[in-house]
Amino acid sequence: MNLTIQVNEGPYQHQASDSAYFFTKAALEKGHEIFRVFFYHDGVNNGTRLTTPPQDDRNVVKRWSELAAEHDLDLVICVAAAQRRGIVDDGEAERNKKDATNIAPGFRISGLGQLVEGGIQSDRLVVFGD
Amino acid sequence: MSNIKKFMYVNRRAPYGTIYAWESLEVVLIGAAFEQDVSLAFIDDGVYQLVKGQDTAGIGMKNFSPTYAALGDYEVTKIYVEKESLEERGLTLDDLQHLVWEDEDDDWAEKDSIRLVSCAELAQVFAEQEVMFNF
Repeated sequence: MNLTIQVNEGPYQHQASDSAYFFTKAALEKGHEIFRVFFYHDGVNNGTRLTTPPQDDRNVVKRWSELAAEHDLDLVICVAAAQRRGIVDDGEAERNKKDATNIAPGFRISGLGQLVEGGIQSDRLVVFGD
Repeated sequence: MSNIKKFMYVNRRAPYGTIYAWESLEVVLIGAAFEQDVSLAFIDDGVYQLVKGQDTAGIGMKNFSPTYAALGDYEVTKIYVEKESLEERGLTLDDLQHLVWEDEDDDWAEKDSIRLVSCAELAQVFAEQEVMFNF
């Protein structure tokens, strides 16, 4: 089956990102395809490389980056939600005159159309949120 | 696009306590360009999103409620409001914005967008959907 995953909550405050990660990983292990993982609302905060969780805890952001590298996943952060919350890549830094970037490896920033396209192109849209 | 799916956006939360309502509306507006078969549902505290005469001056937030009136122009014409949710909150249809769309196949007649449905009827509508967004 071809799946699009939507993540609506940030790391640590909610379990949604953890659940989405484990679901995505399990789906891949079962041979399903992940069309895209789309991060929306506070979910965009899963894509900052500047988090420093305690060493004895899981690293939510790094875990997504590693899964993306391993399976060539398309991790997309919503641009409108990212602008509100300060998730910045090179293009956004230039466009909005920001003095830094923070996007984590494997993530990219794009529009809401990517989410809608996921709904159209995939067999299932699976939403993780509060 | 030949691949048309039934999209349902479910709105469950009050408009300003969290950003879900506003960011849901942003998906609906962007999604309209994809020409899918779109429906919206308002349940639980989500029914407050459609209440008319909203004034956000006191909370310093943008009043985005006028945007709902534009949905008809985006060809979003099916807006389901759950009857039980309204009643539990002491609201009636008269407390909500009068949302309409113009039917080009009927000499641009103005038609109501809001469909008041029971929980059971809405469950039936949900069962017919292909893509469910939940906000």
